[in-house]
Amino acid sequence: MTERILLSVADLKVHFKIQRSTMFGSRPTLYAVDGVSFDICRGQALGLVGESGCGKSTTGLALLRLVEPTEGKIYFDGIDLLSLEAGALRAMRKRMQIIFQDPYSSLNPRQTAGNIVRDPLDIQKVGSPSEREARVSELFSLVGLGERQKALFPHQFSGGQRQRICIARALALNPDLIVCDEPVSSLDVAIQAQILNLLCKLRDELDLTYLFISHDLAVVQHICDEIAVMYLGTIVEKTDCRKLFKNPRHPYTQALLAAVPSRSSFKKKAKRIRPQGDIPNPINRPPGCYYHTRCSYSKEECRMNKPELVEKYPGHWVACHF
Amino acid sequence: MKNNTLNPEDTVLAVENLCVDFKVKGRLVHILSDISFVLGSGETLGIIGESGCGKSMTALALMRMVPSPPGWISAGRILMNDENLTQVSEKKMRTVRGRKISMIFQEPMTSLNPVYTIGNQIAETIRCHKNRSRSEALEEAVEMLRVVQIPAPERRVREYPHQLSGGMRQRVMIAMALACEPNVLIADEPTTALDVTVQAQIFDLLKEIQETRGTCIILITHDFGAVAEMADRVIVMYAGHKIEEGTVDEVRNDARHPYTQGLLRCMPEIQIDPKGEREPLPEIPGTVPDLLRGLKGCPFSPRCSFAISKCKELPPYLHLGCKRSVKCWLAREDTRLKEPA
Repeated sequence: MTERILLSVADLKVHFKIQRSTMFGSRPTLYAVDGVSFDICRGQALGLVGESGCGKSTTGLALLRLVEPTEGKIYFDGIDLLSLEAGALRAMRKRMQIIFQDPYSSLNPRQTAGNIVRDPLDIQKVGSPSEREARVSELFSLVGLGERQKALFPHQFSGGQRQRICIARALALNPDLIVCDEPVSSLDVAIQAQILNLLCKLRDELDLTYLFISHDLAVVQHICDEIAVMYLGTIVEKTDCRKLFKNPRHPYTQALLAAVPSRSSFKKKAKRIRPQGDIPNPINRPPGCYYHTRCSYSKEECRMNKPELVEKYPGHWVACHF
Repeated sequence: MKNNTLNPEDTVLAVENLCVDFKVKGRLVHILSDISFVLGSGETLGIIGESGCGKSMTALALMRMVPSPPGWISAGRILMNDENLTQVSEKKMRTVRGRKISMIFQEPMTSLNPVYTIGNQIAETIRCHKNRSRSEALEEAVEMLRVVQIPAPERRVREYPHQLSGGMRQRVMIAMALACEPNVLIADEPTTALDVTVQAQIFDLLKEIQETRGTCIILITHDFGAVAEMADRVIVMYAGHKIEEGTVDEVRNDARHPYTQGLLRCMPEIQIDPKGEREPLPEIPGTVPDLLRGLKGCPFSPRCSFAISKCKELPPYLHLGCKRSVKCWLAREDTRLKEPA
């Protein structure tokens, strides 16, 4: 494992213009992702956690330019992705793939599993037809599916098996980076463990790099080396996995960790910090620190100035005034 | 933990040998087989299992809301105040639903009517069961919204479901369910559609309501963390069978059924100070059986690493004490199963 940066994201912004509410009004802007920066080293897994609507999935999609970023820079292995033309981008996509959350809607119901996995090879024109077929068989055994299952259609598979097909499809072109957008959240717990183990095994065998998007902190802890916590389109805390769980610094991270129901009884008695209310609207964000409306520590300064993400402790980046 | 030794007088709800059958493509399918449990006053019972194990169907059966056709309650009794709810008339049942037993569903958006204000919907429940005028019922609805801690209830009562966030909608569902002070509240995955911070808020609310009103809660979930947080006792279900029952501590620390052991092991849990290398999660091989195929013997035996030839027959319940039972041939009273070598 080399400590080389594979993906570098600087000040990424994705803003959407949404429908105007009145006929002559201006179109309001939805700040889905607003100034996100991170690096992922080769062979590492970065976890992106946060509640729904915090922009974690949009970040994942923007990296592959499945949605166009409004501003910012994305360097993949030293190449500026945002300056690429369509053809060059398509060639680039060979090296970066995505696994979606819902294995029911991300597989074409009219294609056989074999065809679905073969599709990326056909599009990128890799090898001869017989080589492609051999590669599909290889991929099927890699993700734990049988050779015979190539001829089946998606509806004949269970949720866990479908997610295996999605993983095989993402692996088809031997990518360097895989964006995993909540790959296990729609699966049952017993199946979740099987898929997580498969992802861990594949990472070790194929030297993959993951951007792992999830709302489940336990899952992220299991698979990731580094974690970035997102809130309302910005990263509020970023550090390695061990430090985050041992010493969460941002009040939001603390609240998020405290909110996860625990199986063990000893944690039950500890006083809980609960964020009040709901996440503010990303169209109409509060001034100052976005979290101050729910934060129990909020002071005057939090309402006035937005804190920057700074390295408060070695290797531990926090966006909070305190 | 409270109420571990219950007197029979404290029993609010008793379910005895409940079976639910479905007729699918001309074939008889046993969706629930021989489910029994009791619910003591002020108690929270967790029902846990994977999707399709029959936990939601148990809830529907208690409310006599099994979709019919294709399904029906084929055997068993549901006893509440010495009355067998499986036998009473539909008219009588309507006075039970909402008044004695009420239910919160998983998806708050689909279970609220989008074209009526939330105040209207809560007031409707109140007027169904209590003799109230329209304006009195609406006042009570405002009061209920205050109980579930919705800010500015006088204004909110006139709003429509789409104007509320997911957490607020679930609060409205809870308000509606509690409007007629039921003895039993069934919460069917009440927080699955919500974020963790909101989930924690809803759990706090349910606990608080339970303390002030003494409502019994049946919490249906697939998350053992939620059960450990909320419940006193827990039932583990698999393929329509109750395979293990006990207090949360007993099941957590001393699971006797191989499925329960596997289920608890395969859930990743946050470690505050992880030590050493990450190990792969222990898996349960295979998938949940297809009930349509018809099962013989222990439903878990095809996936069980301990399975023996005797598992081709359905095991009886082994009772290990007060409200502690396991459905496995290999379970012993004194020891737990050892890991396979």
